[in-house]
Parts: sequence; structure tokens; C-alpha cells
Amino acid sequence: MPELRTRGRVGESVPRPDAPAKVRGDFSFGSDLVAPGMLYAKTLRSPHAHALIRSLDVAQAISMPGVRAVLTAADLPGVRLFSLHDPPDQPVLVGVGEEVRYAGEPVAVVAADHPEQARRAAAAIEADYELLPALTDPVEAIRAGSVLRELLIRRGDPEARAEVVVDGYYELGQQDQAPLGPEAGLAVPAGDGSVDLHVATQALHVDLGQVEACLALRPGAVRLHLAGVGGAFGAREDLSIHIHACLLALRTGRPVKMWYGREESFVGHVHRHPAQMWYSTGADRSGALVFVRATIVLDGGAYASSSGAVTANAACFGAGPYRVPNALVWSGAARTNSVPNGAMRGFGAVQTCFAHESQMDALAARLGMDPVQLRLKNALRSGEQLITGQRVTGAAPLEELIRLCAELPEPARSGHRLSLPGGAGNVAEAANVVRATGFAVGFKNIAYSEGHDDYSTARVRLERGPDGRALASIKTAASEVGQGVVTITQQIARTELGVEEVVSLPADTTVGDAGSSSASRQTWMTGSAVQLASRRVAEEVLRRAGPPARSLDAGQVLDAEGMALAPIELFLEEPIEREFEYHHRPTSGLNPEGQGDAHVSFMFVAHRATVDVDPEAGLARVVEVATAQDVGKALNPLQVHGQIEGGIAQGVGMATMEEIKQREGKILNASFTDYIIPTALDMPAVSSILVEEPEPDAPYGAKGVGEPPLISSPAAIAAALRAATGRRLGRLPVSPDELAGLAECEPDWEVTPGVSPSDGRRRQR
Amino acid sequence: MKVTVARSLEEALADPEAIFLAGGTDLMVGVNFGRERPEHVVSIRGLSELGDTSVGERVRIGGGVDYTRVLDALGEHSPALVQAARTIGSPQIRNAGTIGGNLGTCSPAGDTLPVLAALDAEVILRSPAGERRVPFSEFMLGPRKSARRPGELVEAVEWLDAGPSQAFLKAGTRNAMVIAVANLALVVDRARKAVRVALGSVGPTIIRALEAEDLARGLFEESGWERPLRPSQAAAARFGELAAGAARPIDDQRGSAIYRRHVVAVMARRALARTGEVA
Repeated sequence: MPELRTRGRVGESVPRPDAPAKVRGDFSFGSDLVAPGMLYAKTLRSPHAHALIRSLDVAQAISMPGVRAVLTAADLPGVRLFSLHDPPDQPVLVGVGEEVRYAGEPVAVVAADHPEQARRAAAAIEADYELLPALTDPVEAIRAGSVLRELLIRRGDPEARAEVVVDGYYELGQQDQAPLGPEAGLAVPAGDGSVDLHVATQALHVDLGQVEACLALRPGAVRLHLAGVGGAFGAREDLSIHIHACLLALRTGRPVKMWYGREESFVGHVHRHPAQMWYSTGADRSGALVFVRATIVLDGGAYASSSGAVTANAACFGAGPYRVPNALVWSGAARTNSVPNGAMRGFGAVQTCFAHESQMDALAARLGMDPVQLRLKNALRSGEQLITGQRVTGAAPLEELIRLCAELPEPARSGHRLSLPGGAGNVAEAANVVRATGFAVGFKNIAYSEGHDDYSTARVRLERGPDGRALASIKTAASEVGQGVVTITQQIARTELGVEEVVSLPADTTVGDAGSSSASRQTWMTGSAVQLASRRVAEEVLRRAGPPARSLDAGQVLDAEGMALAPIELFLEEPIEREFEYHHRPTSGLNPEGQGDAHVSFMFVAHRATVDVDPEAGLARVVEVATAQDVGKALNPLQVHGQIEGGIAQGVGMATMEEIKQREGKILNASFTDYIIPTALDMPAVSSILVEEPEPDAPYGAKGVGEPPLISSPAAIAAALRAATGRRLGRLPVSPDELAGLAECEPDWEVTPGVSPSDGRRRQR
Repeated sequence: MKVTVARSLEEALADPEAIFLAGGTDLMVGVNFGRERPEHVVSIRGLSELGDTSVGERVRIGGGVDYTRVLDALGEHSPALVQAARTIGSPQIRNAGTIGGNLGTCSPAGDTLPVLAALDAEVILRSPAGERRVPFSEFMLGPRKSARRPGELVEAVEWLDAGPSQAFLKAGTRNAMVIAVANLALVVDRARKAVRVALGSVGPTIIRALEAEDLARGLFEESGWERPLRPSQAAAARFGELAAGAARPIDDQRGSAIYRRHVVAVMARRALARTGEVA
């Protein structure tokens, strides 16, 4: 008799349910939403990085053809500030007598019958600004006390001495999440004064709380629905069109569609924090780390957003996944007059990984040691402590990752001209090319930290479907942002219920909070909620079936020997529905010494990059990125590999080309013409190994997998580029100037690693 | 906004104020950025009068020929233009953008323009008054400024076949689909004993590196025009320096002046070595 086993369980590479529609172009994204009679909205934004609004005259705009509403701060009904941060600090609209604090900050919104009418009306609003000096140097801001958060981690002897010491200065440019779908949504007013907002977002309930406060409506009068998300990567954690679209819909009584073009999107969402980092790393002659001291300065931009958590992450992971007995790390985010920075895949850990891994290579060179051996010697193990004093209690297979990644076969040389550095540009010939490899490791937390009560809610229902057979449905508010949470939760429900027919209901705020699709947390958090809700449903089926029923599989109720007793649907005369709210183990804050069990779990990763460089022409191509990643358990190996390839693509971009360039707070390259991201020709081959050491507490032992591919891949690429050129390359993205030896990254400030930059001095050049 | 789909050259030229639309790879970017709000757009896509190509002693490419068709039509001819067309955008862009559009927009970063300069091509402009021929050296006047008058259409571009000794190189920070940080075309017309070097993205117009041309002409004169040229390291370096010296680059969001000048020298040396090999 064949074994009874449900297909599409956890561990299988189940295809995504949304894949065919996306491939065919049928999938409806937020920007595709339509409603009868809808209006189009446009935002007027400040052209200045810092200015006082002296007056706003909307008289002409409101009288223009097709214009239905023009709203300014004077029209705001509720709380005037919003933020992910508590208390909120970001104005919904900046009003007369108030200051705009970044170029691109919203000042007024318009709704009109046609998008062009809305655009013209926004342009016709007369805004009179008094220009104020813009603060754009984060170190200067910190020295002036303009700080969003600063913290210190002190462990062991902060003044420890070591036999071998390397010092270095590192910088990261500002990376954009570059989701292909810009911000978009549709607000539909109901007749009773309530409103439905369909929006592409990472976190429906996090948005909801902010929108409700600013609209000042009765509880339950705002309902959020997830619209099709065209990529997120952190760019959709903060509000964008949400409040503006709702205000206009409520004012006009008509549905209002609002979406940003690419140029507007660059000022319409937060970006990755640019970083300046001063490091000192000490080891004994055997290579054992003695101390890490670091000063990490992040540019937080004009408003708080998630700068606080990013600042903490940069510090917590700032010494790398190593045994570091003595540490002194100062980390701070400056409040400046730049577009706010906030969440992006890797969330603080990316910035410091580049620095600590560059330091490890410099240390290896000084010691005459192989860089892989130096990392193996210091690799953190389960049971050991981070620089925050937190003991890693779960899986930490870092040594295995390093060994496996280093042993992966190196890529062959391609004979194709297009695969030379510079590609289609036809500059390099094989004789100009140097090949080299670089190695890096990284780690990061999963889910929310520092005492945040992190939870997710799932409702699972089992009933007879239209064909009479058992059908499970899953209801959560988890945002499917392309990462595959819908696929994973369906696999979990199949595994727990033994039912193959599983559907996911639309994500909205009629069910409890699922938290955000960020911090690599949804598999763990919403996965656990679905798993535990499903188990309660399964228990009820077994209760109804009575003894000897023991388990469910392949649509059958089974006995202790695995023999089928009856089809599940037999016990579904009444549907079964259970809800579960899953909370992860509580974490604690960091004390004034930066000590505390702030994180629930950690993901580790190793990367080896192989590059071809034409050093003379300053051109490079990443040939391959090999990786070994700590995944706990791959619930869907295909999706894990998808996350690995996508994260590496963003890592390649960050290391070699992606940077938002600003002058005095104004973005110079707000388009995909000049903010360039990797093409298919820039994407390296990816060779990956998944290391499955189950994580206690996680569903089926699965860790998050989304962020690690982007944490140490940029550092590994930088190491390879250094090996190929012999240049210092202290800044990402690496510029052609640096590759060709025409320029070097130098700090503007002299800062002692581990000490606040308030004590630093401007360098004479 | 009024849109006319022209069915003949005559219709296309009826309104001298109209903006021509072929592939739209420049115009629509301007519209999307809100920089352009044309009153009257005349679509010239598919006009047979603009679509002819002929290859022989004299090479002619119609203004409406897209880059993919440039690649197909030229084959082995004018290899520098083939290389330039290959570097433009993505396959989708190459299927839409036209050589007439590259000339009409006249951006210093236009990838075919240094090649047309180095081929000493002639731009054929058409208006209701008739045809006007302008040598490329007199065509480009500044960034996005050309000798084309309102209402004139780029009907075609023509040049004398200069043989196979030519090269186009383009430096950018991405391996495909990138706007040039600097580009360079070198044409060695061995039959006519001429060398032309043109630089793009390193000044307000395409720049001919005349001193570098003189040096190279001397080298070919010395080694024999019909024979391969293997310049000494010193001669190649001097050629690179002279080419870089002709550049007038600026710092902008795409690249620094210092890198642009440096990479022009590198590209020039390599271009000379490559064209020297082909006799």
C-alpha cells in the first residue's frame, strides 16, 4: 500500500501561486488599481532641503479645470505627525510658518479628474519659502547635537592592547531599495464616513495605526487592504501615499488613486543609511581577536523613521560574528536635511559588515594569515557571547559555512567578449583582465528586537470545499511582497492539516496584526501563527473523529499505524476555524553599556566573490558569488535560492554601482537612467549551499533567509576587487576612479574609533 | 496635445512647430520627467522614406532605422558603428531608438555620434524647402544643440566606406545598458590615408582629437598604410595622452572629470592597437 502523504508540504519546492500571473503580465499591482469615478492625486513637494514656508496660495490651483480638492496642512483633521518612530515626528504636510526639512517633503496634495490636471494644479500652487541653511554633513550634525539616536557598547576592557592592530576608515553610499513598482494605492470612501485604502505595503497594521491617528476617524473606520506589491526591501515600511489619498477621498467623496513616478519615488521613500565608520581591530600573533573599537556614523536624514533600530543593529553586529572579548562601539544616527533614511534589507548590519570584514582582511594581511583561516579561528559558536553580552543559544554553524563556502569550486573562465569587465562597452580584452577572489562572513538578527513585543496572528479554517472535499483557508495580514510568505504558509497548513487544497484569503486589517514583512521574520512569525492555528484545527478534527484517530495526511484521518480511517471531510459537517496569535520569546533592551539579550535569534552567512577586473580602465565584472547560508530548515528550497540570488543582485549593485548622489540635500540621479542597478549582464553566477541546522523555537527549525544574501556579499566583492587591484577601496560602491588608482576614500573628520565623533576634528587636506 | 501619425514625408513636415516621435526613447523620458509637454507630436515611425539602408562605396542609413536594423544592415561594414549600436540600451531600446533620433537629440553621450564624427559622415536634413547636407563637424553645436532647424527632419546619414580599421569603445559603470561616462571612436581609412578620432561624453559636443589624429597619421605613414601597425609603447602612450588632452570633461553624477580623461587615454591606446592590427 502506498504511503499516504500530502503533496506540497514544507521542504518541497512548491511553485508560487502568483507566479503565472506575474510572468504573463496579468498580475494586478498597486498601480493597476481602478475604481469607477476615481480621481488622480498629485503631491506638491518642497524643492528646498531646509526652508520656512512663508505662504501657500492655492486659489489658482483650486480653480483650474478638473481640480476637485487641494489640501494643505490647514486641512488636516487629526494628528499632524506620523512615523514608525514613537513619538511621531514627520509632518503629513508641512504648513505655513513651519519648516520643510528635506528636498521632496510634501507641502500640498491635489485631486483632479485627470493626472495631468492634478500635475498642473500642483505646479500652480504658489509656495513662498524662506531658505534656511541645510545641514547635510552627519558628523557636523552630531557635533551640533542633531542626533536621532546614539548608543555605546562597552564590553571587557575597552582600552585593551593587542600585539597586532589595524585601523581603517570605511564609507557606504546611499542605496535605494529600487522596487520596480513605485508607491501606489487607491482610497475608496464608503458612504458612512469610513474609508478603504488599498495599498502596496509591507505592514498593514503598522500603517493602519498611523493612518487612523492622522485621519481622526472612529475606530474601525479605516480599513487597509494589501494591493499587489512590486518589491519592497524596506521601502514600504514607512507611509507614502496612505494618508494623502485617504484625506482626498474623504474630502471629495470619490475614490482617489495615487502613485509615484520613479523620480518622485526617490523622495517618496526612505533609503539605506549612508555610513562613515572608523575602526580599530586588535589581535594576538596567533590571529585571535583581542578587541574591536568602532565609531559608526549613519546619516538618518530629516526624520526618525527606523534610524533608532538601524543604529542599534549597526552596533550589535558591528564587530562581526566573532569571539571578541573587548569591544567599544559608538553608533549614532544624525538628523540632517537629507531625505529620511530607514529600513533596507540588511538594516544596519550591511554597513558594518563591510567595515568589520575589510578589517579582517587587513588583519590577515598584517599577520601573513589566510583570510579564511583567520575567520575560522575567530568564528562565533553556539553558546558564546556577542559584544552585547548576549549568548547565542540557537544554531550558529558559522565554521561549517566558512569551510563549505571556501571549498565550493571556483568558476571557469568564459571566452565571451560580453563577459569581460565593461561588457558591451568593448573596452577590455582578456590580456587586460585580472581575476581574484574575496571572502566575507556576516550575521544579523531575525525579527524585532530590544524588547519589542513581536507577534503575528493567523486564522485557519477547514471546511468542505465546492467539490465536497476538505479545503483549508488561511487568513493573515502578512504582506506578500514577493518573498513568498503565501507559498510558505500554504505549505505549513498542508503539512499540519494533511489537506492539499489550501487557499490564502486576501490580506487586510479584518484579522489581527501580522507585523511587517521585514527583518526576515514572516516565515518564523506568521509561519508559527499558521502552524499553531492549524494544529488547533487538526486537534479538533481528531477530537471529532475520536479514537483511534491520531494524525492527518493526504486528506485522510489516520490511526497510529498510519492506516486511513476516513477522509477528513467526513468530520467537516461544521467548519472548523481557529485563530492563533504567536509571540516570539521576549527580548530585552540594551543597558547603558550596550549589554542585553536584545535579539531573539541570528542568521549567519558566508560569501566568496570572484571578480574580473580591468585595473587600468577601472572596470570590473563580478563573475560569481559562492555562498553558504545558515537557513535552519529550507521550507521551500526554490524560494530560498530565489532570496539568495535576489539578495546577491542587490549586493552586487551596492558594491559596484548603486548610489544615490546628492548635492546639498538634493538628489542628482533620481531615475533608473542614472541610479543604475545590475542588468542580467552584471549578475554573477551564484553557487549556493544551504546549511540546515534546525533553530529551536522556529517553525520546523526554519530561520529567516531574506537578508543574509545581502549582508556579506558586498564585503566579499570589495575584498575580491582589492585582491585584483591592490587598492585600498574603503568605499562602496567602488568607483572606477578608485579601481584605476585615481582617487582614494579619505575621511573628512579625524575620529578615534569607539569615541563619539563629537570629539573629532576636521581633517586638513 | 495633438498627435499626427504621418503617412508620408510631406505630412511629417507639414507643421514646422511639431516634435517628431520615432522610437520615443528620448522624447518619452522627457515627457515622463515633466520636462517636455509638446503641443503637437508627429509620429514618423514606419515612414518608408526614412527606412532605407544601402551599403557600398557610400553607406547610407535612413533616419528612421533603429539600432537593431543598423546592426543587421551593416554586418561587416563600418564596424565601429556596429559596436556603438550594440552598446546602446537594451534589446527593447535598440528595437525602438533610431539613428535619426540620436542625431536629432544630439546629446554629447549619444553613442553613435563619435562614430559618425570619425566617419566624417554627412547628415541629410529634409524640410519642405528640400534637402540640406551638413557635415557632422558642423552639425553638433552643443549639448542637445545642432544645426537642425525647426521643422527639419533627419532623413538619413551618409559616409564613405572607410574600410575595416575602426573601433568604438565605451566606458560606463555597468556592463550593459549604461550611458557612456566616456566613449571613443577611431577610424583609420587606409585607402584615403586618413585617421579620425572622436570623443563622446567628455565635453559639450563630440570632440575630434586632432593632435592625436596627426600623430597616428604619422605612424601609419611611417609603417605603411597597407600594413599592420604595431605602435611602440611610447607612441601608443603619446597617442593616448593627446586624445585625453583633447577631452574637456566635467564632474557629474555619472563620472568624474579625472576618470573621464584617464579612460579616454586608455581607450585611445587600445583602439590604436586594435585598428593597427586590421589592415
